[in-house]
Amino acid sequence: MNKTIVGVIGGVVVIAAGVAIYTNANSGKSTAKNEASKASSTNLSGKVLSLGSTALQPLAEQVGTSFQEKNPGVTITVQGGGSGAGLSQVASGSAQIGNSDVFAEEKEGVDASKLKDHQVAVVGIAPVVNSDVQVANISKEQLRDIFTGKITNWKSVGGKDEKIVVINRATGSGTRAVFEKNVLDGQNAVQSTEQDSNGTVQKIVSTTPGSISYLAFAYLDASGIKALNIDKVTPDKKNVEDNSWPIWAYEHMYTKGEPTGATKAFLAYFTTKDVQKTIVPKLGYIGLTDMKVTRDATGKVANK
Amino acid sequence: MDNITQKLMQKSESTKKDSLGKMISLAALILIVIVVVSIFAFVMSRGLSTFITGGVHVKDFLFGSTWNPSVVNPQTKQPYIGALPMIIGSFLVTFLAAIIATPFAIGTSLFMTEIAQKRGAKIMQPVIELLVGIPSVVYGFIGLTVVVPSIRHIFGGSGFGILSGTIVLFVMILPTITSMTVDTLKSVPRHYRESALAIGATRWQMIYKVVLRAATPGILTAIVFGMARAFGEALAVQMVIGNAALMPHNLISPASTLTSVLTMGIGNTVMGSLQNDVLWTLAMILLLMSLVFNLIVRAIGRKGEMK
Repeated sequence: MNKTIVGVIGGVVVIAAGVAIYTNANSGKSTAKNEASKASSTNLSGKVLSLGSTALQPLAEQVGTSFQEKNPGVTITVQGGGSGAGLSQVASGSAQIGNSDVFAEEKEGVDASKLKDHQVAVVGIAPVVNSDVQVANISKEQLRDIFTGKITNWKSVGGKDEKIVVINRATGSGTRAVFEKNVLDGQNAVQSTEQDSNGTVQKIVSTTPGSISYLAFAYLDASGIKALNIDKVTPDKKNVEDNSWPIWAYEHMYTKGEPTGATKAFLAYFTTKDVQKTIVPKLGYIGLTDMKVTRDATGKVANK
Repeated sequence: MDNITQKLMQKSESTKKDSLGKMISLAALILIVIVVVSIFAFVMSRGLSTFITGGVHVKDFLFGSTWNPSVVNPQTKQPYIGALPMIIGSFLVTFLAAIIATPFAIGTSLFMTEIAQKRGAKIMQPVIELLVGIPSVVYGFIGLTVVVPSIRHIFGGSGFGILSGTIVLFVMILPTITSMTVDTLKSVPRHYRESALAIGATRWQMIYKVVLRAATPGILTAIVFGMARAFGEALAVQMVIGNAALMPHNLISPASTLTSVLTMGIGNTVMGSLQNDVLWTLAMILLLMSLVFNLIVRAIGRKGEMK
């Protein structure tokens, strides 16, 4: 008798699992259909999946929440995963929006012609050191030599006799790509410790004496670390706006072709003055409306 | 008479249930086999495309010592994708962790089964079960905030490296090896011990010359299982090893493992690009290694059967 009960329960579990998988797959299809049909109607509703860059994630989450309050019919889901994941997921159609720190043109393996770029904010990046390093200003050449491994002691750049510990972000990280593009002039970075997020870099630089790395502006305000000036220019919002601080990048939200419905409305909401002047600066990003210059995928800067 | 014939010819209630049960188990089995086969097929097809469509030589991949998939080597026109630093890093942390953990595991399990059975069962059993249940991110976080700074204070350097990874993994695989060793020691027949004691052996002589000898295959299996866990562990190791794709020159310089490079890179690459494919190749190596660990366990089991 016991055995039959076990058998029956087992059977129910297996069948239930099968049914669950089947209906899940089906419901996935039907919501996609619903979404498409709903998106075309004027009454705004639907689901938007925005995934990719972890640097853009906190901002996208905040703006998404605020957008949903105004449009209760829309569900905005924001996920991380990295810029590469964002670009490939949006290109394959599994996400409506792909978040990236770099232009799609700069990423290998992405057909940028199929994707439409929506720039939503600007992020500044600054070199940071452990607070025991007695250097406050550094030239761009010195910074490059540190990250390419030519300078290995703080003594050479006016500090005390201490070994430099270089901490990089992972190969392919958007922040790293921006930093290397603006600092290394095409040279290869020295092989060193790599960490996978701004948060980890912040923690490790603050606890490792003699360490140097780079962080988005939003992460600079922490104990144990200090930002370096480059050629006497301070890394702050004002200097990014007129490009006197060169290490900055756009945060991109890519869509496959022209966006429609809820996705379109969300992207439009992101670039409204209201969002750009309130949520964006509050989270440590720089609003597009404040920028005095523009920059294209090839790195060419022009006045607005 | 007819009635009886009919009853005998018909399937009884129990027979029907029997075949139903058989079908359900078979369905479950087939489902699992499909899952395993498709995982293998997927990882293999992705991993092998590095060599087939990417045109990379297997030798360059396995024995090259420069890992920088986003940079192209001007001489060979191929990206730098030498995986040797990670392969060595993975094996080093795995073997070192197993070497350190084994004596502790055997000691603990001997205490639990031979020396203080009651206290062992009451105190050690729950402790070990608790250790198994701690999520690896917690081990990693403790490693990052306790182990890494201590190593930095004692040995200098940044504190990240093989040594920190080994220490974290040692704690992680200790419960695995211990609990399996306990099971093995318990399965050593009672009459082995009784015979040893009867001919005048001390307890230590009994343990050393009889119990441990009889349990050797089981203990080896336990160690291999622990190594398999260490080899596949990603998160905790990634947090403390430093993730520098460099050949490890000593135990306290930053290094990397197959898993740490995988978790760091997979979100930053685009599906279908060579940079992404090489990561799948690393995943393939991990999968093949776990297969090897499994085969070793089977070989030990077959050779070491108690006769």
